[in-house]
Amino acid sequence: METLLEQAFNGLSVGSILLLVAIGLTFTFGQMNVINMAHGELIMIGAYTPYVLQHDFGLAAGLSILLGLFIAFIVAGGVGVAMERGLLSRMVDRPLDTLLVTFGVSLILQQAARDIFGAPNVDVVAPSWLKGSVTLLGVIMPYTRLFIMALVAVIVGGLSVFMARHAEGRRMRAVTQNRDLAAVSGLSPRRVDATTFFLGSGLAGVAGVAVSLIGSIGSQVGSGYIIDAFLVVIVGGLGRMKGTIIAAFALGMLNAYAEFWKNASIGKAIVFMAVIVFLQFRPNGLVSFRTRGLTS
Amino acid sequence: MSDIIINDIHAAYGRTAVLFGISLEVREGELVCVMGRNGVGKTTLLNAITGLMGLTGGSISFDGKDISKASASARARMGIGYVPQGHAVFPQLTTRENLQVVNERLGKPDKEALNEVIDLFPALASLMNRPAGLLSGGQAKQLAIARALITRPKILILDEPTEGIQPSIIHQIEDTINDLHKATGMTMLLVEQYVEFALRLADRYAVMDGGRIVDTGDTATAEMDRFASLIAI
Repeated sequence: METLLEQAFNGLSVGSILLLVAIGLTFTFGQMNVINMAHGELIMIGAYTPYVLQHDFGLAAGLSILLGLFIAFIVAGGVGVAMERGLLSRMVDRPLDTLLVTFGVSLILQQAARDIFGAPNVDVVAPSWLKGSVTLLGVIMPYTRLFIMALVAVIVGGLSVFMARHAEGRRMRAVTQNRDLAAVSGLSPRRVDATTFFLGSGLAGVAGVAVSLIGSIGSQVGSGYIIDAFLVVIVGGLGRMKGTIIAAFALGMLNAYAEFWKNASIGKAIVFMAVIVFLQFRPNGLVSFRTRGLTS
Repeated sequence: MSDIIINDIHAAYGRTAVLFGISLEVREGELVCVMGRNGVGKTTLLNAITGLMGLTGGSISFDGKDISKASASARARMGIGYVPQGHAVFPQLTTRENLQVVNERLGKPDKEALNEVIDLFPALASLMNRPAGLLSGGQAKQLAIARALITRPKILILDEPTEGIQPSIIHQIEDTINDLHKATGMTMLLVEQYVEFALRLADRYAVMDGGRIVDTGDTATAEMDRFASLIAI
């Protein structure tokens, strides 16, 4: 029983990290149809943010993490907007071209990180209040994992409110559903695209700060998450936040139990097999929107 | 002056030319109807006017300003309201959000305008929380017109508002267009294949064929036989 609970906690923990790295993609990939291969490097920018704050600015570990969340959001968001304005805005409705271009950007950003920070991985010092763990029903729950779960809960809650109730959230949904109609209604799709990309990229930066708490970071820290992030968004249903949340935790749980049953490699293979089988039956993902028309 | 002056415009989809030197004027307070068979370029003409498609020649001016190079959203903000063909709604937004997102586009929402469009289309009041993608064709059309009107446009452009709609709602749409035109003097440009509907509403008409305007005149003196030969499939 204890083992079962332990794996459930591991599943939730893996799921929350998956959700964190994937949630930005629900905007850039799911809604804007941009296959952003540089999403991982935006995570990397976020991961290096607390490191820079600690290493170059001498900030205390706790402050560097909390302040890092905001700075990483702004910096990664800014890089994302620069990429969107400079490159991707010329490729509306050409998703395969966005894949190639962002792959190039990803390589450039990785090399830039190696030039600036060096090739070896570095560590972000976790604050003292994140060291240690709490034991509940025999399950050891590290504070870092609980912190990431809480962070995910706050982000998901905030985003849900923003998308449903804020005018800019409504504009983002309108533009992604029908660009031309939005344009002839007086909304500016180009400006809204920039906001959507800023948000999606900024969230990748926030995910990077969380990732820096669970291991060493290097120029390729983000690329390790990119496949998982795309997997979560596709299984969830493109652009559907509810689906992304369910998919992240479902894949996290499956991964945890499969890993426990066999080993990490077989666990990963089982997850991929499950996704392939799932998409045979629900190619549009977990949550899709049905209209009276035939096309959606 | 909410006139639209279309001066010798040409437009193409890639290398395929679709409009060949269209000139048309819609004067302030006037309701002009463009008619023609399928595929003669009527919707392309509206896309060119609203900025969804660029011109390869000629110019369009609105309110005395050349808008040929302006973006679609800039033209909408200048006062060009457009109700495109078909289900012209944001499907995953509710009816309320469809209206809200346009109503608040410039900042503070105009509550009076929201109430006005609900008064014009009372059927929408009970559908406010329904996703627009689940509305029927008639309900979606009413929402699309309401969404265009909520911005208080200087000119309203409608692309086949009767297409696929049941007769009772066509009457309602006709009454609404008529009331708006007569009561507020709103300038309107209508593309329509339902000839009787168009002639009942419009002050002037233009008939298109092969990307050109082949006939224009006042609806008061229009002869149905003549239309039959120009519009017949």
